[in-house]
This record gives sequence, C-alpha cells and structure tokens, in this order.
Amino acid sequence: MVGAMEIYMLLPKTNCKKCGLPTCMAFAVGLLGREKKIDECPPLIEEKKYEAKLKKLHEVMAPLENASEIGLIIHPEKCFGCGNCVVACPVNVAAEPTRCAVGLGPEGDKVILRVQDGVVLANNLKECRRFGPNKILCNACTATCPSKAIEFV
Amino acid sequence: MTTCTGCSLLCEDIELVLKTGAISEAKNLCRKGQGHFQALFTERTKPMIDGKEVTLDQAIAKAAEILKNARTPLLYGWSNSTLEAQTVGINLAKKIGANIDDTSSFCEGLLMERILNGKIPTCTLDDVRNFADTSVFWGTDPSNSHPRHLSRFSYYPRGEKRQKSYEEERTCMVVDVRKSATAHLCSNYYFRVPPEGDAEFLESILTVLDGKIPKTGDKKRLIELGTILKKTEFGVIFPGQRMIYSMQDKMDLFEELVARLNEITTFKVIPMVGHYNMRGFNQLMLGQTGFINSVSFRGGAAGAATTHGPEQGVALAAKSSDAALIIGSDPLSALPFGTARALAHIPLIAIDPRRSLTTDAAQVVIPSALSGLEAGGTALRMDGTRISFEPITESERLSDEQILTRIMEAI
Repeated sequence: MVGAMEIYMLLPKTNCKKCGLPTCMAFAVGLLGREKKIDECPPLIEEKKYEAKLKKLHEVMAPLENASEIGLIIHPEKCFGCGNCVVACPVNVAAEPTRCAVGLGPEGDKVILRVQDGVVLANNLKECRRFGPNKILCNACTATCPSKAIEFV
Repeated sequence: MTTCTGCSLLCEDIELVLKTGAISEAKNLCRKGQGHFQALFTERTKPMIDGKEVTLDQAIAKAAEILKNARTPLLYGWSNSTLEAQTVGINLAKKIGANIDDTSSFCEGLLMERILNGKIPTCTLDDVRNFADTSVFWGTDPSNSHPRHLSRFSYYPRGEKRQKSYEEERTCMVVDVRKSATAHLCSNYYFRVPPEGDAEFLESILTVLDGKIPKTGDKKRLIELGTILKKTEFGVIFPGQRMIYSMQDKMDLFEELVARLNEITTFKVIPMVGHYNMRGFNQLMLGQTGFINSVSFRGGAAGAATTHGPEQGVALAAKSSDAALIIGSDPLSALPFGTARALAHIPLIAIDPRRSLTTDAAQVVIPSALSGLEAGGTALRMDGTRISFEPITESERLSDEQILTRIMEAI
C-alpha cells in the first residue's frame, strides 16, 4: 500500500499553493484520502519536466481507484475465506449477536462483511465506523486478516 | 443448511444454492470448502476398469473379484468416509481377513491414541469457545488447514465466559518452525523452534514451570511464556502434524507437560485432525479391536486373530499386500514416495467422488456420492462431537456405505 511520503516524493515539492493547499505534503495527504485529484496540481500536468513523475504517480495511485467510499480494498485472490473479519467486525456483532458474535456465518443482510463463494464480500458500507466525516479509524477487519486480503487506504 | 466435509471442523452453517449441476452461490463456505465442493463438478470420476469406462455393476464385480483372489488385501483411507461406511468397512476387513488402516497412522495417530485412551485430557470445541482464554497452536497453521478454526472456536468468537474475546480476554500462541499466516495474527506470542526442536522447547517449558531458568532458547521469552501459562484459567493446546512428526517416540514428554500444566491450572488438548472423520474411524476401531489403526484381521473372522503394529500400518503393509482398496483418500500423492510406489505396483481399487492421482493409477475406479452434498451420514468432529448431516441434492450415485455393502455381498 502506498504512503503519503511516497506520493509526496512524486510531487513538484515547490509549495506553489496552486491547488489551494498550503504545501505539497498537504496535497499528498489529500490525494491519499481521496479528497484531491492528481489533475488539481497544475504544475504537474503542465510542466514537461514532471512528466516522468506524473506517470509514476498514476501508477502508484492505480490500486487506490478500486477503493470503496470508506477506503476499503479487498484482494479476493489473497482471501482464505476464514471469516475472522466477519466475526471480529463490531458492526457485524451488533447486527447478529446470536450468529456473528459466536462464530457462525451471518443470516441477514445487515452485516458489512460476509463470506461468499469462498472469499470475503463487503456490503452496507454506510454502516461502517469509517464512513462519513465523523469516522472512527476502526481496524478490526484488517488486524484479524491472516493473509492481508483487506486493506484500508 | 449444509454441512461442509472439507475439513474436520464440519461447519454446519453453510448455505448452498445449486443450479444445473453446479454451485451458483455458497454462503459462509471458506475457500477450502469451496474448492472441496466445486472440484466435484469439474473432476468427477466415472466407473472404470483398466482405464476403460464400464458400468457401475461391472466395476463393483471386478473389485469384489480382486479382493476375493487377494491373499493379503489392504483397506486404506477411511478418513473421508462417514461412520456408517467405516462400520461396513471394518466388517468387510473381518470377512476377507484384510489389513485395515487409515490416514492416522501417518498423521495424528500417536496423539489420538493417548487422547482416546484418556491419558491426555480433552474437551469439545464449544468449551473452547465458551471458556478458553489461552489457545496454543503447536506445529499447525489453522488459517490454512482449518480456515474457520480461529473465527468459529478458538480466538475471535464471543463465548459464555469470554464476552470480550480476542480484544481482552483471549491469548493465542503459535509454536512453529516458520512464521505462518496464523503466527502473523498473534505475533507477540509467536515462538520459533528449529525443525525437530520441539522436544527441547518442551523441556524448557517444563523447567520454567518449575521456577528454574531454562538452559536453552530465549530465556526471557520462555519465562514470559511460563508466566502466561501459569496465569491461564482454561487453556487448550492444539498440536498439529508437524509437532507429532517432530516428537515421535518422545510423546511421553508431551503427556508430562500436560499433566504438569494441569497441576497448576486447567489445560486440555485437541488434536488438529485434517480429514473430516479420522477421529470417527479411530474411535470405532478402538471400540471393536482395542487399537485405533493398523490392524490385520488375517487368519480369522470376528476379531479372533487381530494383530496390530507397525507392520500393519500402511507404510509396511503396502509392500507386503497384493491388492488394495483405497477409499476417500489420495495416498499416491500424499504418502512418502516409497510407500506410494509400492501401492502403485499392486492392483488398486479406488472409491472416490473426485479424480486424483490414486484414481488415475487404479485398476478399478468406483465413483461415489460426496458426503454432505449427495449423501448423508454421521461423522465425528476433531473434538469428538457427533455431527449428523442429510444430503441436500439427489444423486443416482451410490454412497460409500452402499458401495461397500455391495462389494461385501459379491464376495
């Protein structure tokens, strides 16, 4: 997973403020949080000397494009279908206290994570603690994943 | 609801949607279970004799003929069969005076024998979920071998006495030669041992439990481990195949450790059985013959002349037998090369729902129905809990039990 520092190294690093942010570092964090887009940095697009950097930046940002609105990325090819995240997710536990909480698979549709066809599948992302402006940086699903199949941006 | 027979957890909360001979949707099924069921639709076996397709009746008649003419037949496999099929199998072995063995002679037999004889205390997986606060995975990687073990029983679920579960109340430890996927989950309590170093590690734990400083290993971490073990209220050790291979004739030492731990607090042991009904076969054999595996009924029926020992185990029996019936197992790809080669040189009868190296090399192939999906039955989970399941779809294929009964009638 790409970090803010890595993105920063691919920016002009001139702090020209044309994007509306005070520094290039702030812009890098904005890119990572998906609040800003690469096109919003005029020097990077217009000036020829940054061409190589721009290309590289598009490359490192490519995996982030698949992220959902809460920044969740699932790699189905890595998933074991173990269901650790299904049982650990606090929203799942609250939604199905008689099933998810005691280790069984969910029955209803209110849960966020479920295992389908051998791999994990995310639904109802609006219920996630990471959704919206008042988000809590919960990491129950990523911390319990044995194969790093779930990531947050 | 379907019961998955992919591993010995026998998960009962699987929802399958079948559409025109394939699984279109599978809820709660892990990747291993998904592969177990899905392979049925791509790798189905057909009745065959010498590589040519025949009718089922012809295949069964040929199988009976081979077994009838054999002087020293071997019946091997059984760990992927229901209790009902295993009962018929044992009766068949008695009738033809055969050598019967299952995968446990190469797998968890050494430990299972001690557990079934009551020398090592055990408990059910539901007890683990409700009460356990320390789980020790020794020489096993459940994330790969039993994907839902941690999430259903041993670490993540909230139990009766363990409402705060993995966040506060449970500790999970891994003792292994490599940093496995499970070890990543409990990285603070991952103890690395060198290959075949389990006995030494075990002795160090015994020293620490006696309040002394161990001679070998990382002393600080071992003392920390000893403190956690002593503070445990209800601990469970899950020994895997790698630990048993490494210990071999030193299993008494493990028995001593469990006894010592039980003097301080409560500690139970559940073996990480691989196949879904290996424990069932061991328990049936113990009840009928007094041995859990590797038994020969040669020279007399009704258990009058049973012999047991390493010569009756598949490793040596494969070399002395002149025909073998393999059921629900793939010894040609799973067993060591010498044993597999010896098996490949004798006439084989393979009963399996799916294609494998063994069915490819077998003289007679008899397709069977897959338990859990097309055939019902009873099986014992890794902790000994009896689980019954019903078929969810109709199939014209015979179950293992029916095939064995027909072979027995034909002999």
